[in-house]
Amino acid sequence: MEALDIARWQFGITTVYHFMLVPLTLGLGMAIAVMQSIWVRTGDEKFLRMVKFWGKLYLINFILGVATGLVQEFQFGMAWSEYSRFVGDVFGAPLALEGLLAFFAESTFLGIWIFGWGRLRKGLHLAALWCAVIGSWLSAYFIIVANSWMQHPVGVEMTAEGRPVMTDIWAVLTNNTAIAAFTHTIFGALIVAGMFLIGISWYHLWRRRHDGIDRADASGRVIVGEAASVPGRDRTDHGVWLWSLRAGAVVAIVAFGGTALTGDWQGKLMYEQQPMKMASAEAACHTGSSFSVLSIGDPGTTDCRDVVTLIEIPGVLGFLGTGEWGADMPGITDLEPQYVNQYGETIPDDELYGSFAGTEVNYVPPMWVTYWGFRLMIGLGGITAFGALVALWLTRRGTVPTSPWIMRLAILGILAPFAGNIAGWIFTEIGRQPFVVAPNPDPSGIDGVFMFTAAAVSPGVTIGELLFSVITLTAVYAVLMVVEIFLLVKYVRGGVASAMPELAPRHDRGDDPGDRPDGERDDVLAFAY
Amino acid sequence: MEPLAITWFVLIAVLWIGYLLLEGFDLGVGMRMLFASRDERERRVMLNTIGPVWDGNEVWLITAGAGTFAAFPEWYASLFSTLYVPLTLALVGLILRAVSIEWRGKVHTQRWRSAWTAGIGVGSLIAAFCVGAMLALTTLGLPIDGNGDRVGGPFVWFGWPAIVGGLAVVGFSLAHGSTFLALKADGSVRSRAAVFAERWSPACLVPAAIWAVWVQLEHGGNPLSWALVLLAVVGGAWGWVQARARREGLAFTGYAAFGLFGVAAIFAGVFPKVLPSTIDPAFDLTLMNASSSPYTLGVMTVITAVSLPIILGYQAWSYWVFRKRVTPGMIPDAHIVLPATLRDRDADRGVAPTA
Repeated sequence: MEALDIARWQFGITTVYHFMLVPLTLGLGMAIAVMQSIWVRTGDEKFLRMVKFWGKLYLINFILGVATGLVQEFQFGMAWSEYSRFVGDVFGAPLALEGLLAFFAESTFLGIWIFGWGRLRKGLHLAALWCAVIGSWLSAYFIIVANSWMQHPVGVEMTAEGRPVMTDIWAVLTNNTAIAAFTHTIFGALIVAGMFLIGISWYHLWRRRHDGIDRADASGRVIVGEAASVPGRDRTDHGVWLWSLRAGAVVAIVAFGGTALTGDWQGKLMYEQQPMKMASAEAACHTGSSFSVLSIGDPGTTDCRDVVTLIEIPGVLGFLGTGEWGADMPGITDLEPQYVNQYGETIPDDELYGSFAGTEVNYVPPMWVTYWGFRLMIGLGGITAFGALVALWLTRRGTVPTSPWIMRLAILGILAPFAGNIAGWIFTEIGRQPFVVAPNPDPSGIDGVFMFTAAAVSPGVTIGELLFSVITLTAVYAVLMVVEIFLLVKYVRGGVASAMPELAPRHDRGDDPGDRPDGERDDVLAFAY
Repeated sequence: MEPLAITWFVLIAVLWIGYLLLEGFDLGVGMRMLFASRDERERRVMLNTIGPVWDGNEVWLITAGAGTFAAFPEWYASLFSTLYVPLTLALVGLILRAVSIEWRGKVHTQRWRSAWTAGIGVGSLIAAFCVGAMLALTTLGLPIDGNGDRVGGPFVWFGWPAIVGGLAVVGFSLAHGSTFLALKADGSVRSRAAVFAERWSPACLVPAAIWAVWVQLEHGGNPLSWALVLLAVVGGAWGWVQARARREGLAFTGYAAFGLFGVAAIFAGVFPKVLPSTIDPAFDLTLMNASSSPYTLGVMTVITAVSLPIILGYQAWSYWVFRKRVTPGMIPDAHIVLPATLRDRDADRGVAPTA
């Protein structure tokens, strides 16, 4: 195994992992901010409970996103020093802006929000949450600006030494690729939040029926009950779950529409900017306008001779790529000679490239990954939106069916948008290969700016070091994921009372309250580690 | 010399000062949880003194790293790839610490809490040592070639500079964290921290002082950097006098001044180099050969000049909001999380929760 392969696996593992946590932070954070706003406005207890319960899950997840984000900040320099040297002038800026304009606000105000319950005026406390959530959305924007520059380099010129230097920060920040990808990512995150709300609320509504608390009358309309013996299982509790579920479903459906629109825009940009990526996503070997519904072939192929298209729909591909029905889209066999012509047949014979120097370049990304990644993303998105619609329909009479299987399906449904998000990112990152910074043959891109992934890795870092870090990080991440899921399940099962001790009767709360000195009873922290 | 490059050298120093002064005390509090607490309530008092602010403090590190990437890509690339192993360890330490702080209180069993207490302490210790080693090495030099790549194996960085730097940040964090606890906690935690600051803090500051002087001797020093060394020593000594007199606020200020002037002295001493090469001075990374273009530096300077005061403002406000001492009485009772199911239908009925 080459150092390059290990470095790529490490980047893939750590980044995919990070992006399992981030969409939930982005989407659920916004949902909680809206819930708390409604609570501050209306004073409705139901919304306070939602904020507390979903907020607890949000924080359990948030911290792992922060912790694994640290690795992202440093690993460019560690494993990809040549990349960092080449792009630093332009790529470092959005990362620094992310720290200055997003992370500081996110972390500081989240701390204020967590510990500020009961210490700050309601409005100010709510404002702190909004600052934190906006901070997290801004951080997503800045990191996508950085990533999009790798897909569509803008705002730079080449120096005499052949290094891109930034000439226009505004062009970098308003890169159309970045705006499309950011909105797409945010909608994707909102789908994650929507399905999270649906799945968990479904479980609790189901639990209430299973325990005989809620019943349905002859017409199927809910008769809400309460169970005095279970902390938090009162009438308000029913409203918490029903509102969360239905709001989550609406968010998921609307956000799916958003991903479709922004995804379509991204697709059109990609046809211009990275035609090879889109062609390989479609396994479109030959120039034409047919959209492949099912292509089969040798997995991992980068060779068109191994691809057999079984089902295709004429005309659709042209519409997806340009908006014009039946327009011809360039196929791989036509693009490849263009790429060879423009960027060379072989990797330059330079010691910088190590063992890759002088080897032949394959300009076709692994089609099996791009083709199925693209379809998995779209398919899971569609299934999710359909599931959310069904959820709205099934809950129209105020509760869920008693079937445990539908409940399990709703819980399982939480995973679908996570997988869809990951599939989309894997598609777009693998689809950029063999480049780390992709050349853009279109007029708005700067064609001379590109870098082969093989040239990006740190020359001074040994295989042993890379193995050490990839094994260590993977092992640590795996253990932490188990703990995160354990904690999430525990707090989900506890219901609202798991986040609101005040709902539990005194004797259930653990420590003997008698050991508290008089005069300090009023000053107990509402939240404490 | 490019004035914008000098500006960014100063800004990187400011970011590191921000990190070491702020996260310094919460790393110290984390390490103290390993040995300086007697019971669960004490540990929770300690943890909650840093509870609202520790995550915001850590952003100074992220921004120092990202700012280095933006302003000095060559420095970022060479330093982090050369110190691959210690940086991996630092990251693991920081990850462990972060999740331990957040997750520790989520389950109320003895085993769970002890495990995460160890996570906080060990994570803080590893992170402090490795970050210190990295900073010492970038000021005292690493074996890098003309391309900025490491000459030698993965552990070639290990030596006295790394040890002194690692101990410097660990020691400073312990001293700073103790005065912080004396200032922010109440009860037994406060008094024990004050005793520690009184007895042990001078010894804790010695490695940092050695590092600051070493940098001056290594790079020839200049009147400004020597003056800063002197100010650091005076600040530390004054802080110790205040610690002995149990004037907690002044003691904390004194150690903060030690950190501030100490880091400033180190950066002023190594100026205008950012990463000296121990192989050949011709391979030194300096302000001139490691910095970004004037356009990038200019844009970043404007944005930083606007945003940094705002950041300082809201971070200061967060400290103001949580300015009260954390007393044992403020710690809420442990909250047992049980499944919200009707118990009479449940298999685990009658099982007593483990506190």
